[in-house]
Parts: sequence; C-alpha cells; structure tokens
Amino acid sequence: MSGISKTIVKNAAKNATNSAARTSGWAESFLAILTWSAAILTIGILVFLVCFVIAKGLPHIKPSLFALTYNSVNVSLLPALISTVMMTALALAFAVPLGVFAAIYLVEYAKRSNKAVVLIRMTTETLSGIPSIIYGLFGLLFFVTFLGWGFSLLAGAFTLAIMILPLIMRSSEEALKSVPDNYREGAFGLGAGKLRTVFSIVLPSAMPGILAGIILAVGRIVGETAALIYTAGTVAQIPLNPMQSARTLSVHMYALSSEGLHTREAYATAVVLLLVVILINAAAARIARRIGGKNELF
Amino acid sequence: MMRSRFDESLTLLNNGLIEMGGLVESAIFQATQALLEQDAAKAREIIAGDTIIDEKEKDIESQCLKLLLHQQPVARDLRQISTALKLITDMERIGDQAADISELCIYLAEQQYIKKLEHIPQMAGETIKMVTWAIDAFVKKDQALAETVIAHDDVVDALYVTVKRDLINLVHEDVKTGEQAFDLLQIAKYYERIGDHAVNIAEWVIFSITGKHKDKQML
Amino acid sequence: MNCFKIRDLNLYYGDFHALKDINMSIDQDKITAFIGPSGCGKSTLIKTLNRMNDLVEDCRITGDVDLFGEDIYGSIDINLLRKRVGMVFQKPNPFPMSVYDNIAFGPRTHGIRSKFQLDQIVEESLHSAAIWDELKDRLHKSALGLSGGQQQRLCIARALAVSPEVLLLDEPTSALDPISTGKIEELLLTLREKYSIIIVTHNMQQATRISDNTAFFLLGEVVEYGSTEGIFSMPRDKRTEDYITGRFG
Repeated sequence: MSGISKTIVKNAAKNATNSAARTSGWAESFLAILTWSAAILTIGILVFLVCFVIAKGLPHIKPSLFALTYNSVNVSLLPALISTVMMTALALAFAVPLGVFAAIYLVEYAKRSNKAVVLIRMTTETLSGIPSIIYGLFGLLFFVTFLGWGFSLLAGAFTLAIMILPLIMRSSEEALKSVPDNYREGAFGLGAGKLRTVFSIVLPSAMPGILAGIILAVGRIVGETAALIYTAGTVAQIPLNPMQSARTLSVHMYALSSEGLHTREAYATAVVLLLVVILINAAAARIARRIGGKNELF
Repeated sequence: MMRSRFDESLTLLNNGLIEMGGLVESAIFQATQALLEQDAAKAREIIAGDTIIDEKEKDIESQCLKLLLHQQPVARDLRQISTALKLITDMERIGDQAADISELCIYLAEQQYIKKLEHIPQMAGETIKMVTWAIDAFVKKDQALAETVIAHDDVVDALYVTVKRDLINLVHEDVKTGEQAFDLLQIAKYYERIGDHAVNIAEWVIFSITGKHKDKQML
Repeated sequence: MNCFKIRDLNLYYGDFHALKDINMSIDQDKITAFIGPSGCGKSTLIKTLNRMNDLVEDCRITGDVDLFGEDIYGSIDINLLRKRVGMVFQKPNPFPMSVYDNIAFGPRTHGIRSKFQLDQIVEESLHSAAIWDELKDRLHKSALGLSGGQQQRLCIARALAVSPEVLLLDEPTSALDPISTGKIEELLLTLREKYSIIIVTHNMQQATRISDNTAFFLLGEVVEYGSTEGIFSMPRDKRTEDYITGRFG
C-alpha cells in the first residue's frame, strides 16, 4: 500500500474517533456514574448489613452464651458452634475426595466424546440448581427413614455432601481445565505416566482453584438450614457420636428467632457465625497458600 | 512483497553485469583496432576507459554485498550472487589486459611491424567471441554455451603456440627483430590470458546453473 | 549410523491424512532440521518419534518407526521411550515449581530418590544446558520467574536430566529474542556431540546455521531430504527451491 493512502486511512480513523469522543462525551460520564453508584451501593449494603448485625448482636454476647450445655435460660450457642464445625468437617470429608476425583476423571481420563461424561456433566448441572429443601426431603426419606439413621449428624453431613458435590466437582473441573496443557506435555515428554503427571503436576497447579470451590462449599454448609432441619434435627447439644442429632449455628439462629423469645441472642449468634465464616475462609486461604507453594503433593 | 523487491534487485544486478560485459568486450575490440592501425590516441582512450570498468566492478560488488546482507540468499539466488562476485573479478582483469595491450600499442605505434599481423588479430577475434559467449551464457543460464567457451580455449592456446613459433623463426633469421618480437609475444600472451578469464567466467556460470564448479560440489 | 529409521509411515487425524508415506533415516549425533510451511506435518512427525501423538484422540498410525533398531510402536514401554527421546516444546513450559524440582522431576519419575544423586544430576544438566552460572544461586526459586530464554534452556536441561539419546525440539526459539535464540543455537551445536538432535524450525537461517541435514515437508510429504548445505545451495526439487527462496505460493 502506498504511503499516501495509508496516511489517509490513519487520518480518517483519527477523525472518526475524535467525533465519536465528542458526541459520546455525555454517554461516557453517564456510564461512569452508573458503574460508580453500583459499586458504592453494593459495598454500602454489605457494610450496613455487617454493622447492623454487629450493632444488634455484639452487646448481647456474654459468657453464658458459651456454656457447655444449652438450656432455655442461658440459650448457649456453644453446642451449635461445635456442631457446625463437626458438620462442616464431615460433609467436606465425604464430598471433597469424591468431587475432586470425579473431576480428575472427567478432565484427565475420560474421552471427550464419552457418553457417560456428557451424562455426568448434565446431572451435576441439574443437581446444582436444585433448592436445598429438596435435598432435605431426600435426606429425610433416604438417610433418616429408609436407612433408619434418625435425625443425626451423619444424615445431615451426607445430605450436605450431596448438595455441595456438584459445586466442588464443577470448580475442580474448571481448575483442572485451566492448567495449561503444556505442563502435561512437559511431564509426559519426560516419561512421566498419567498418574504421576496428574498428581505431581496438574493437581498442585489446580489446587488454588479447587480450594476456592471448597470455600464456597463451606459457605453453603454453614449457611444451610432447610436441608438440616429435616436430617440432622434441632437438638441443641454437643453430639457425642455421629448418630446423634445436632443443630448448626444457622439452625440455632432459625430456631431462636422463630420461637420469638430470644431475638437478641439470635443476633449475638449471628455475630459469632460471621466470625466463624471469616475464620474458615482465612484458614482455607492459608492452606491454599501452603499447598500452592509446595511443589509436589507426593 | 519482499520477494518482488529482491527480484528487482537481481534484475538490476544482471543488467549491470551485461553492461560491464559490453564495456569489456568493446575494450578488447578497440585495443585490437588500435594495435592493427597503430593508433596511439585510441590506445590512450582505452587506458583511460579502464577506470570506468573498475568503477563498474566496485558498483556491482557493493550491490552484491548489499543483497547478501539484506536477503541472506539461498539456493539459486545464492549461486547467482556469488557467481556475479566471481565474474566481475575476471571481467575487471580482462579490462586490465586490454589496457596492457593498449600500452604496448602506444610503444609500437612508431615502429614498422616486423611482419604482417595475422595470427594475433585471429586470437583477438576468438577471445572476443569467448568473452561474449561467456557473458551470454550467464545471462541466458545456458550451460551448453558455457561449455563451448571452455572447449574453445584450445583454439586460442593453439594460436598462441603458432604466434610464438613464427616469432622465434623471425628472430632466428634476424636478431634485430628480437625486441619487437618480445613485445608481440607479450601481446599474444595477453590475449591468451583473456581467453583464460573467459574460461573462468564460463566455469562460474556452470556453477550458478548446476551448483558444481569444475565438477566439484561446492557446498 | 541412524538413530531413527522411518518406513512407510502414514498418520491420520480422523479423516485427515497428515503424513504420507514417510521414509527417512535420521543420523545419529547430528542435527536434523525439519522445515516447511505451517501445517506441512513436520511437527506431527517429530511427535510420532516419542509417541506424543498417542495423546491425540482419533490419531491413527501405520508403518514402522525404529529407534536404534527397536520398533517404537511395538511392545516398547512408552514412558521409557519418552525418557530416551526427550522433547522441548515451542513455548517454554517449566513446571510451576523451583528450578531444582523442575530438573529433578524427570529423574525422580524414573526412580532416583537419593538427594546426593539428584544434586549431581541437577548440576550436570544445568551445566550441559549452559545455564548453571545464571541459575546456581536461585535453584530453589520458582522457575516461572526466569526470562523466556532462560526458561527454554531450563527446559532443555530438564530434558537432558533423564539422559536421553535423542532430543526433539519443536520450534524451540520461535518465542525468543535473537540473543536467547543465539544462545540456544550455540547450545545445540555443543550438544550435538552427545545427542542426536531433531529440530523443527520456521527460521531458514537457523536451519542453515546449525543443522547437518535438512528435510523439507509439504502437505504431509517429505519433498526433499539431504545435507543442509546441499538443500540450501542446490535444491533438487523446484518446490524446495521456491519455498526456501521465498517464492512460495
């Protein structure tokens, strides 16, 4: 192309952008205002919520709330707190290995054209869209009644495990897929087999993504009420074995506020719940850093 | 896009070579005329004209070096450009020989020739032919013609032997012809050298076509 | 002496006939360059030499490929084959771990656990890849912090750590600047004494600078294969000539 015609094109382009900038000046500032107000609104709501809960709850936190046993006088939340931790640990213990290994199979082993894979994907997508009350009903019918476990920590944990399984699978799958293929090629090229490649190169690289999924799952477990009322029951005691009924903090809050007698204690519980969520997230982030920084899993 | 520029430069290079070939051919032709006509003025012109041939050589040399630098030629292009570099050296040498002949012409212009020149003009004719063919062969990438040039060198060599024998006989008869006989032999030698340069050119032309120089694979 | 002998090799990706009747012997302890336009099959061919094509679904291969007389599509252990035939890729791909662990990954894979031995291998490999001086003080830092050229030489060192017999390089310098490229070319010339090297390159000058033999590929066929100097001075096939002089297409 000749130099002259190039300059003409360039000038034309420049003129076009100039005129566009002139006419769309108001649009640009309008959009800027829109995005800013959206951001401020979102943060504002969050801050308001947290402040509201803390303002309502913090004054009512007192030592009696942390008594070892619950009674209608002290309204202790400690049993629920311990139950929450146990419930989370149990549900994750079931769901994480299952979800992660299923994801490894789907991403690393299954052929893309495999019919079973398509079916599994469809099922997980469907499962992740189902309201939690339905999981609760299933848990009630299957674990509590059919298997005869009664309202128990175990039935609750299993129900929650099924509920978070799609979430963990999806996020693990995405994390594994985002590991660059040339890591795999590099490992295969050195004579590493599939197993070694997956466990010493791919999985460590995907770990931050997988942990992000687990943190989301923890959020859902801690916040769940509907599915647990039907499966783990509402007994406010520290469960001594997995077959005993237990209530988590969320269920505890629900129970307190629905009784209408201990609203202040419910707010205090909310503050503790908030704290627990923050702590769990921080811990997960630490684990992620440690595993991500470590070089080989095995 | 790049390739068409490159092709243009190669055509330019070719034209330069043809031009230089023309200059060289005419230098030999003019020198021969000066010799036959004992024309000292013409001879001086030829000597002066040699600088043009030298300049042409420098010019083509720099064209070649630029092409080597810019295009990093391979295959046919590489052979063509390296051949051009070799050709101009031989053509420049031919120009020098024509100038050398002219110098002797100036010296001989005042003398009566000791014999009628017949074989030397013949040599001149044959060498001019060889140079013309050699350059034609390069331009037309004609391997057969280049081979003809190489074969034709024997004709020139034989003529040189004849000239030498004649001159020896003359000197035998009259020792006083000795000085001029040496000069004439020198001139014959120059023509013989021109023939050799034409052979060199033909050999490089064959390389540019086949990649072989004197039947040896160069790379 | 040949390292690879390829006979009547045909390769299909699904319906696509990617390599057609390849017959060639590749010299031991020489550098062989594969050149040709994109999609001509040169990368595909080197990937059949360490069976990386096995990872591609729908890839079908007929014919024989022998590595020092042993059929690599026979009963050979693929992981062992890949240990013997190392590979360096177009984009430097160090693992997200330390320099040391990158190099040690291969030897560990093949069962070397002793710290003493691993230390030795790491140092030797980095020396061979001419990058020891640059990296000796950061062995335990992440390999992802290195420059592109260093990463690629690290990848070469990583491949050398399992003491391969043949080294395959798939356009190893196409993502690098001229100085890094020069370093890698120099490195390959020194490695030639101990390893047979096959390099796919788009850079014709690179092929002329470092390779002993060159094969020109077009549409899945070997058009011409011979000494690099011969190919680049006097190609026998018109298509080769057109390609290397830029008259192609």
